[in-house]
Amino acid sequence: MPTGTHRLRPTHELHRRRFSRNLGVGVLLVAFIALVFGLTIAKVQSGGTIQAYDHTFRPALLPQDD
Amino acid sequence: MTDIRADLHDTARPAEPGFGDYVVLLKPRVMSLVVFTALVGLLVAPVALHPIEAFAAVIFIALGAGASGALNMWWDADIDRVMRRTARRPIPAGKVEPGEALGLGLALSGIAVIMLGLATNLLAAALLAFTIFFYAVIYSMWLKRSTPQNIVIGGAAGAFPPMIGWAAATGSVGIEAWLMFALIFMWTPPHFWALALFMKDDYSNARVPMLTVTHGRRATRAHVLAYTVLLVPVALAAGFTAIGGPVYLAVALVMNALFLRGAWAIWRRTEAEAEADGYRTEKRVFRLSLYYLFLHFGALLAEAALRASGAYALTGFGG
Repeated sequence: MPTGTHRLRPTHELHRRRFSRNLGVGVLLVAFIALVFGLTIAKVQSGGTIQAYDHTFRPALLPQDD
Repeated sequence: MTDIRADLHDTARPAEPGFGDYVVLLKPRVMSLVVFTALVGLLVAPVALHPIEAFAAVIFIALGAGASGALNMWWDADIDRVMRRTARRPIPAGKVEPGEALGLGLALSGIAVIMLGLATNLLAAALLAFTIFFYAVIYSMWLKRSTPQNIVIGGAAGAFPPMIGWAAATGSVGIEAWLMFALIFMWTPPHFWALALFMKDDYSNARVPMLTVTHGRRATRAHVLAYTVLLVPVALAAGFTAIGGPVYLAVALVMNALFLRGAWAIWRRTEAEAEADGYRTEKRVFRLSLYYLFLHFGALLAEAALRASGAYALTGFGG
């Protein structure tokens, strides 16, 4: 290997900017997913007549008349 | 034959933008005001949302505001280039291409409106969509360059966030929401005209028909006083509704007295006096106007906290 060689691919300012952009978009996407997940949990928890295991009409879930 | 070319770096192209350049496109300072007023609108409402729903609502309202900011920067790039205050924004500075700002603004608008609708309700989403349309199209594309009343009517865009917050919580729009809207709507003209008085040449250089340019500085001073006088009853009226109370009324009385005194001082000054002291009064009133809005909404929040803590129930005040 010859002495005094230079690194062929030094980190350029351009790469730093690109990295900051990629990192920012990545963090935002993860935050968005977390928010949608949290919203889903909140909606499911506050939905009084929702049951998880079927999708059919169930008369038992209708409000009862006095 | 060689790969080395002297023209490899085309300097006419915008530099590679960093993440921060896109954040600047969303006008983070305006967003922070939107977050605050929307949060207050949401928290003073009589219906409490699930904390995660409330958090999501504020995030998406702020995102919608940011999207309209990006659309505004895309459309106004030519005048931003001329004005000293805005020349360093990402598009005039050559950091972000106009098309990117347009794309970002449209994409974020869609995401914000749809997600707010899913997180809360259709009324809140529709109000957010209208706000973005109002700011980007009615204000930026139409009013800003065509009438000296641009600030008056355009101020409605900044006044919607507390109403959207209220609608997100309640699914409707009550008198309290309208009064919070009216407070920001009436506050915007004196706030911006005080700024226009000391940002002397910016608007005329950019050929924006600001009142200072079309009707002169004396007329602008009179308008600052007139709109401040009209603002006072609106600000006080909110104190007598379900969201008001003694804390809000005390804050409103003090801040309106100070703002009126400032507007009166602006009206009495001649241009020569203002130039002699470097527009000290105008700058002071502009700063005061920022505290004015912050303290009014802060007081509404304090009232909501006092009601929630049961303090008023003990004293028999506030229902």
